Amino acid sequence: MRHHVEILDAKTREKLCFLDKVEPHATIAEIKNLFTKTHPQWYPARQSLRLDPKGKSLKDEDVLQKLPVGTTATLYFRDLGAQISWVTVFLTEYAGPLFIYLLFYFRVPFIYGHKYDFTSSRHTVVHLACICHSFHYVKRLLETLFVHRFSHGTMPLRNIFKNCTYYWGFAAWMAYYINHPLYTPPTYGAQQVKLALAIFVICQLGNFSIHMALRDLRPAGSKTRKIPYPTKNPFTWLFLLVSCPNYTYEVGSWIGFAIMTQCLPVALFSLVGFTQMTIWAKGKHRSYLKEFRDYPPLRMPIIPFLL
Amino acid sequence: MGRLTEAAEAGSGAQAAHWAGPPPTLLPLSPTSPGCAATMASSDEDGTNGGASEAGEDREAPGKRRRLGLLATTWLTFYNITMTAGWLVLAIAMVRFYMEKGTHRGLYKSIQKTLKFFQTFALLEIIHCLIGIVPTSVLVTGVQVSSRIFMVWLITHSIKPIQNEESVVLFLVAWTVTEITRYSFYTFSLLDHLPYFIKWARYNFFIILYPVGVAGELLTIYAALPYVKKTGMFSIRLPNKYNVSFDYYYFLLITMTSYIPLFPQLYFHMLRQRRKVLHGEVIVEKDD
Repeated sequence: MRHHVEILDAKTREKLCFLDKVEPHATIAEIKNLFTKTHPQWYPARQSLRLDPKGKSLKDEDVLQKLPVGTTATLYFRDLGAQISWVTVFLTEYAGPLFIYLLFYFRVPFIYGHKYDFTSSRHTVVHLACICHSFHYVKRLLETLFVHRFSHGTMPLRNIFKNCTYYWGFAAWMAYYINHPLYTPPTYGAQQVKLALAIFVICQLGNFSIHMALRDLRPAGSKTRKIPYPTKNPFTWLFLLVSCPNYTYEVGSWIGFAIMTQCLPVALFSLVGFTQMTIWAKGKHRSYLKEFRDYPPLRMPIIPFLL
Repeated sequence: MGRLTEAAEAGSGAQAAHWAGPPPTLLPLSPTSPGCAATMASSDEDGTNGGASEAGEDREAPGKRRRLGLLATTWLTFYNITMTAGWLVLAIAMVRFYMEKGTHRGLYKSIQKTLKFFQTFALLEIIHCLIGIVPTSVLVTGVQVSSRIFMVWLITHSIKPIQNEESVVLFLVAWTVTEITRYSFYTFSLLDHLPYFIKWARYNFFIILYPVGVAGELLTIYAALPYVKKTGMFSIRLPNKYNVSFDYYYFLLITMTSYIPLFPQLYFHMLRQRRKVLHGEVIVEKDD
């Protein structure tokens, strides 16, 4: 029996669209596509449809006849604003630091005094730092293209400005000091650099291992969620103790980089990143607990036993 | 976020008392408070009561909440009365000084201890939000109080040559009138006896006080610049062990420019709040 669907504005309750003869097994995604036909400026990614004006958004996969509606369904619409794909955002926000750091490394004119233009640092650690920083962002770009499987296709457009300011700004700030002609190498010399480099490399491998493990949890094109478990790869054994070891390893990498360069701006960047990742980890941990009754109780969100 | 609830609160003082806490901070501490506009503007979109749910807990059982409320209400009433009195004392001291001496020179020096005491004491307001007895965002309050602490401790206290500038008196007057109005507004709301003229004052004085305060603060920072540049105060130079540098002079320049985008946002937000509270206008907030 065919349904009718009316779509009202969630704020003004104005009737925006009436769809008649909608198949009962139609999904929200299909309804969004129909809605776009009458309002082309609201492409599906920026539509939020809900049963209650103040309620939660319906999922694209939800089927019309499975919802608590009569033959005429009333859906409320909220405009999520211009959207941009996650892939685009990631690529932009990671390509920036890669490029910007190199500008400072090669001492491009107008950054330091003219007598330093295109000169090179005499400290080994400065060259090492450039390799590490560049490797890190190349890894991120490649992971975005080939490894990650995103739950959501898009995010609000304003995020790209916010995110790029954060990544690009900090990259410039760190790079300025590390590549400065007056840079002071670490107090404990080669020992400190070697130890820090080891931490950095281990954490990069760890982070990559987790990304691969998470990818293998989810088949291509699907949005399924499963509890991640340790695999044969020792780096994934951190799953025994934390829900988001990728964040743990990421913080570790930056701490390593901070110790290696002995640069306060790097430490501050690590701290800010840690704060943000802790918020994300706690959220993810909470979702896991809500969704899975048998979630391992030993696990903490980001720091084993502590946080 | 506190704003929308505040608007409803301010409508009847009775509601405020039942809430066991003063209405959230509507007028920011400094009529200027550059940093807070952006955070306030963004917290605006979330119309829910953010402060009280800071702890992430559900509301306690009504009986228990009222008992907590009594202690909180008592403390907050005491706090707001004290702050009203403090700023009144400041106002009177300033007037007396000018009447006796006929000049503003030396005025700051004569009131500086009292100013520092009461303005610093306002840090408690962050705690109030943190523990949830005031339903305002910790971030918003933090930014507001920080901007005042910045002016008092990092500008007027630290840069002695500018203490006799006229601009200092300008923002002191703006702050004093604002705070007396604000704290008495909270006090009367808590006591469930809000005279209309206090509410009127709170939602109208800012129209003049904001620009006056901003002008005073900006002119003061501007006057301090040459001295900061000459002495290199609060600055760290390269090379150093931690490979960092900080130039207070450029920091002040950036602070001053940040007033440009932030002040209008804040000002227009206040105007919208005013229309809502005093004239009962229904304003549909813009979408994200």
